[in-house]
Amino acid sequence: MIRSLRRLFFSLIVHPFLQIAIGVNIRNRENLPSSGPAVIVANHNSHLDALMLMTLLPMRMLSHIHPVAAEDYFLKNRLLAWFAVKLIGVIPIKRKYTPGKSDPLMPVYDAIEDERILIVFPEGSRGEPEHMAAFKKGIAHLSQHFPDVPVVPVFMHGLGKTLPKGKFIPVPYICDVFIGKPLKGETDVNLFMEKLKSSFETLSQQHQFPEWE
Amino acid sequence: MSTGLSNNLILVLAGIIMSLVAATIVVAFLIHSRPHQNYAELESRIRTWWVIVFIFSIAILVNRAAAIIFLAFVSFLALKEYLSMIPTRRSDRQAMFWAYLSIIGQYYWVYKSWYGMFIIFIPVFIFLLLPLRMVLIGEIKGFLRSAGTLHWGLMITVFGLSHSAYLLALPADSGIPAGGAGLLLYLVFLTQINDIAQYVCGKLLGRHKVTPQVSPNKTYEGLLGGVITTVLLAFILAPVLTPLNQVHAIMAGLIISFGGFIGDLNISAIKRDLGIKDSGALLPGHGGVLDRVDSLSYTAPLFFHFIYYLYFR
Repeated sequence: MIRSLRRLFFSLIVHPFLQIAIGVNIRNRENLPSSGPAVIVANHNSHLDALMLMTLLPMRMLSHIHPVAAEDYFLKNRLLAWFAVKLIGVIPIKRKYTPGKSDPLMPVYDAIEDERILIVFPEGSRGEPEHMAAFKKGIAHLSQHFPDVPVVPVFMHGLGKTLPKGKFIPVPYICDVFIGKPLKGETDVNLFMEKLKSSFETLSQQHQFPEWE
Repeated sequence: MSTGLSNNLILVLAGIIMSLVAATIVVAFLIHSRPHQNYAELESRIRTWWVIVFIFSIAILVNRAAAIIFLAFVSFLALKEYLSMIPTRRSDRQAMFWAYLSIIGQYYWVYKSWYGMFIIFIPVFIFLLLPLRMVLIGEIKGFLRSAGTLHWGLMITVFGLSHSAYLLALPADSGIPAGGAGLLLYLVFLTQINDIAQYVCGKLLGRHKVTPQVSPNKTYEGLLGGVITTVLLAFILAPVLTPLNQVHAIMAGLIISFGGFIGDLNISAIKRDLGIKDSGALLPGHGGVLDRVDSLSYTAPLFFHFIYYLYFR
C-alpha cells in the first residue's frame, strides 16, 4: 500500500517536478550503482537533494533507496515523520553517540545487510547553499564496517539556488549532477576521508558554475 | 477553430516526416558503409529531430490551445536554461519568480488574441515591474546587471518566441490556406531547415568565416547555402501555407534566413562570453532547448511583423 503510494508520489509529483520543471544535467550516470547494497554520498544544499538523487535511479529500485537523515529534524512532528519515513523511505538516526547506548548507525548497518541503497550527506546539514562544509566521519566508519560495499560520490550544484534553506517557494535553476567512481575497500578512516574529499574536489572542478551571491 | 483538418497542413507535415525518413536512411547508410567514422552525434541529432517533429506535430494538430501551451513550455525551458547559465544574485529569486510567471501572462494574451496587451506586456509592464521587485528587496550591488540580464532573457525567450504563437491568434477568415497553424509551421520549418542547410553547407563547402570570434563554424558558404535553400522552400510552400504572394514569399525567405543566422550568433556570443559550449543537455546531439530555438527568437518576431504589416493590419 505505502509502496504504491510512494511510486505514485514519485511518478506524478517528484519526477515531473525535478526532472522537467527544475531540470537536471547528469555526467557519468554509468557510475551509479545498479543494485544494492551501495551508499551514495552527496553534498547537501537543499531539501530537494535526496529526492533528486532518488529520481536518478530506475523507478523499480525506488523501494530499495533510503536517505539517511537526522532524527531530531525529521521526527519533529507526526506529519513530517510520516512523510519522511513512510512516504520517502528515510532512515532516521541520532546525530550524537551517547556512551552506553547502542551505536546510532545500527539502523544503517541493518539496511546495508538488507542490500539497500543508502543516500548519505556527510556534511550533516544543508548549511549555506552551494558552499560545501567539512565532511563528518560517520561515512568512513560505515565503510570500515562494510569494505565491499561501494561508496559512490555525487557532487550536485543548483538545488541550493532553487530552494535554499529557509525558503519555501522554489525558483528553478537547472541542477548539475556529477557522479564519481565508486570508492571501495579503504578501511582506514582518515585515508578514506582523504580519498572522499579529493574525489569531491575533482568532481566540483569539472564545470565552471555561474557566479551566485 | 480547428486547424487539425486542414489538408495542406497534413500534406506539409507528411513531407517533413518523409524527409526525416530519408535523412535517417542516409545516416544509417553512412554508418554501414564507413564503420570507422564516428556518427554518434549525427545519429542522436536525427533521433532528437524525430522526437521534436512528433511532439510539435501533435501540438499543432490537436488544437490552438495545445499549440500555445506547447510554445509557452518551450519559452519556459529556454528561459530556465538562460537563467541557469548567466551569473545571478541570491537576492534575485523573487524577481526571477515573477519573470517565470510572466510566461503565463504573455501566452494567455496570445490565447485571448489580445494584441495590444501581447505587444506591451513584457516590454512595458514587466520591464517596469521587475526592477521594482528588486528595489523592494534592496540589494544594490550588481543591480543594473541583474535587472538588465533578466529582462534581456525575457525579451529573447518569452517575448520573442511568443510571436510564433501569436500567428495562431491571427484572424482565421483572412484567407490563410491552412490557418494560423499553417503560418506557424511555415515559420518553424523554414527556420529549422535554414539552420540545417547552413550547417550542412558549412560542413561540406565552408572556407571563409563570417565571425571567427563569435562562432568559428559560421561561413559565407554555409550562409549562402542556407539562404538559397530557405528562399526556395519559402517560395514553394507559401501558396500551400500562407497568404503571401510570390515577391513577399521571397522576402519572407530572406528575412527568415538572415534573421535565423543572427539569432544563432546572438546566443553563441553569450555562450562565448560565459565560456560554455551548450546551454543544456535536454536535446541529445543538439544541446539545450535554447540552442534549438536561438534562431527562432529572431525569426519569430521578424516574420510575424512582416506578415502582420502586409496582411493583417
